[in-house]
Amino acid sequence: MFGLKADWSLEVFERYFTMGDYAGGEARWCPGCGDHAVLSAAQRLLRDEQQRPEMSVCVSGIGCSSRMPHYLGTFGFHGLHGRALPVACGIKARRPELDVWVATGDGDCFSIGTAHWIHAIRYNMNMTLMVFDNAIYGLTKAQTSPTSPEGFKTNTHPQGAILPAHNPLTVTLGVTNASFVAQVVDWNPPLLYETLKAAYRHKGTGFVRIIQRCPVYAESVSKEMQDNPDRFVLLEHPQGISIDKSAGRQFPNRVEHDPSDLNRAFQIAADESRLPVGLLYHNPDAACYEDLSSQGVEMTPDERLAGFNKVLDRITI
Amino acid sequence: MVDTTAAAGTALRPKTIREHIVEIVSDSGEGAQKAGQTFGTVCARMGNGVWTVEIIPAEIQPPARSPAGASGIRIRLASRYVTNMGDEADIVVAFNEQVLYSRIVNGAYKKGTQVLLENKWRDDAVPEIREQYAKAVAEFRKNGLIVHELPIEKACLEITQNPRRGKNMFVLGMLCRIYSRDVELAKSEIAVTFSRKGDKVIEINHRLFDAGYQFAQEKLALGYEVPPQPAEETEGKRFIVTNGNTALGLGVMASGMELVSMYPITPATSASHYLADVYHEVGGFVHQAEDEIAAAGFAIGSSFAGKTACTITSGPGLALKTEMLALAVMAEVPLVVCLVQRGGPSTGLPTKVEQGDLLATLFGEPGDAPKVVIAAATIEECLHFVIMARRIAETFRTPVILLTDANLATGVQPYQRPEASLDWLAPPVDQSEWDENIPPYNWDPESGLSPRPIPGMPGGQYILTGLAHTKHSKVAYDSDSNQHGCNMRSRKFAALASTLKPPLVHGDDEGDLLVVGWGSTLGAIEEAVDRARAGGHKVSSVHLRFILPMEPGLKKIFQRFRKVMTVEINYSDEPGAPFITEDTRRYAQLAMLLRAHTLIDIDCWSVVFGHPLQPGIIHNVLIKRLEALKGEA
Repeated sequence: MFGLKADWSLEVFERYFTMGDYAGGEARWCPGCGDHAVLSAAQRLLRDEQQRPEMSVCVSGIGCSSRMPHYLGTFGFHGLHGRALPVACGIKARRPELDVWVATGDGDCFSIGTAHWIHAIRYNMNMTLMVFDNAIYGLTKAQTSPTSPEGFKTNTHPQGAILPAHNPLTVTLGVTNASFVAQVVDWNPPLLYETLKAAYRHKGTGFVRIIQRCPVYAESVSKEMQDNPDRFVLLEHPQGISIDKSAGRQFPNRVEHDPSDLNRAFQIAADESRLPVGLLYHNPDAACYEDLSSQGVEMTPDERLAGFNKVLDRITI
Repeated sequence: MVDTTAAAGTALRPKTIREHIVEIVSDSGEGAQKAGQTFGTVCARMGNGVWTVEIIPAEIQPPARSPAGASGIRIRLASRYVTNMGDEADIVVAFNEQVLYSRIVNGAYKKGTQVLLENKWRDDAVPEIREQYAKAVAEFRKNGLIVHELPIEKACLEITQNPRRGKNMFVLGMLCRIYSRDVELAKSEIAVTFSRKGDKVIEINHRLFDAGYQFAQEKLALGYEVPPQPAEETEGKRFIVTNGNTALGLGVMASGMELVSMYPITPATSASHYLADVYHEVGGFVHQAEDEIAAAGFAIGSSFAGKTACTITSGPGLALKTEMLALAVMAEVPLVVCLVQRGGPSTGLPTKVEQGDLLATLFGEPGDAPKVVIAAATIEECLHFVIMARRIAETFRTPVILLTDANLATGVQPYQRPEASLDWLAPPVDQSEWDENIPPYNWDPESGLSPRPIPGMPGGQYILTGLAHTKHSKVAYDSDSNQHGCNMRSRKFAALASTLKPPLVHGDDEGDLLVVGWGSTLGAIEEAVDRARAGGHKVSSVHLRFILPMEPGLKKIFQRFRKVMTVEINYSDEPGAPFITEDTRRYAQLAMLLRAHTLIDIDCWSVVFGHPLQPGIIHNVLIKRLEALKGEA
């Protein structure tokens, strides 16, 4: 009748979710840890998108950042070191309607989970992949990570890390079927929010490397970056991350970059004198594995049974 | 040398026999297996009990005419249900003499085995080959084999330019003549076999078949009739013919599981090959993961999301999946793991038979990680146990490991076509509202069982964790929470055990010797026991399907026998070997378990020869054991 929508019978009482609906347990990260910023950006995004909490799953591995599911009000899967991605992909395989987030770190994703990182990018399943990169193993107390700067002193390399830091951006961009590669810092909340939003809305794996502060074991790494905004270059483009003025002010260096240009994205990523912030690469049309892996989910039990009997017919003597 | 039986076959009256074992051995790629499978199917369709098993070289393309390169097939056909590959072959068709050597080493033949040998090597251009051939034939004859040197390839050349590819159907024709098979039936099977290759290929293979049939009739005085099984065993029943891996694939489909997540590994992969071919017909999907760990993780993710999945692997893959399995145990995620065992440790014997992973499935993970472990004993059980595994996995919120092995994986036999039922399929994913007051691990204090929230259920949100946790799935490192969690995760299996019946004893309920087995050795053990019993011995056997939880009532059964021993295909120290004493002897895997489980002094006999146990070998072992018991009495 008056004011009732045609689909009124589906949901008489519309649910509205507040930040509280996305809150889980009290976050136990150290004071000053960059992870807090990521958590609140994600919660705000879920609220703004009015994502049903029971339809979201946050999957993580092991490490400080992998505690994130415990602090969200969604479903969560806090699994094994390095193995968040296969689990996340498996969740998506036959339940593509679920909203999947992955929280992983530089050790979890770029070291023990390397195989899954490469292949998950290739599968390009629709999920938001947040790599909290603080260049150190925090939970196990200060061991060298693949992204620790050369010479950085840790408990496993007290004389300083012996290898140059690994570049996860060029690696990710190099994976066939990569569809969304962005980089952001935890200490710029509006930009962090907008970057996660773009990754969330992208259909495919939204890979976001979040350069994140560890005030306990790697303070010098982030301090050096924060003290020298010249280290960064902000990527601007109408198809890129939307940047408001106040957030952009942090980055004096800007460059126009079309995120559909993969070759240029490579060059930007490979130039380690300047850390890019923004969207390096975006291909909204890359194939998503769940479109294949979920084939047949709609079949009824009767159809499955009929299919099985047909299969049996062929081997019946 | 002229074949002594030449031209003698024309007016031959076939001799009626109860069973025979036939082998076809060749270099790799000569189609022996296809010929054998087709012959087996023809026999099955004519009502015989049949077991076929492939003889597989470890390499894809081993050098020609090398003993280690023997590739082929064994077919055991009988007037009764067949459960195993049997002992020595009665007839072997060999495409060259060298490949016979490895079969001889394996004890595949006996004095009097008829060898139908390709004779083209006798006149080969290479002198060395001619010498090898002559030497081998003389040796075979000296050892009691009856060798018929036959110009098989020459006869094929009259029909095809490429006898290497056509010889197999010629041989099928020969065998069909020797065993008085129905020609029309055989030809229709050939048409099925080559249906994808078109009429021209079918036609030429029919001609090769006819020529082979004619050839055997003219050149061989061998003719047998193997009557079908008693009508009551087959009447009104429909049969399917598969190997154990295909049976696993069928079980996956019949269980309603929609996802198999795997990584290629011998000898498990063919199960996934089969599924990849037909799974879409029931709406399923095979995911080939980047590695074994990811294959397990992907399946666990799907199961967590409400679609219980299956991963299929072999020993080295199981080792890699260990941590994932422990996670599934800790977080109580349903999961089906089909483990097609091969020889180990390490890369071991990839294509060969062993039952060496039993203890790894039980104790492979750090900490206490109980899960259901079951073992299929027949090809048919490979199918039905997957359905049972999915059901148990969901009801008991646990991983279930289903053990099979390379013997079941490659053995082919007819068995009753299952009457698939909707009850076998997984129910649709429950998306109803979850009462927020019910914790995600609402353990029943007695049984440890709990219902499971599934993503999508409003109010069901929880955080699964591999860390020690409370019933609320909250991380908890305190003593009580950890003890309680372990209690609950263990209790489930005692609850499951309470639903099981004691195993049936094959033979009398009491006696001198009880043989205990598990897995693919069922048929061979029971055949050996039957033989010994027919000889007046008081021996029986028990075959276990459930390993964890252990089947109930074992101690009572064991106590009714003077001696209990396991027969297994895994390693144990041989009593009396250097340094091996009662203190140092390592027992076979099931024996070790049963000794701990029953506190009975259970003996074992086990070998790791890499091939299936044969009834004759087991029979000899039992007789020796029984003789020793007599001495002790």
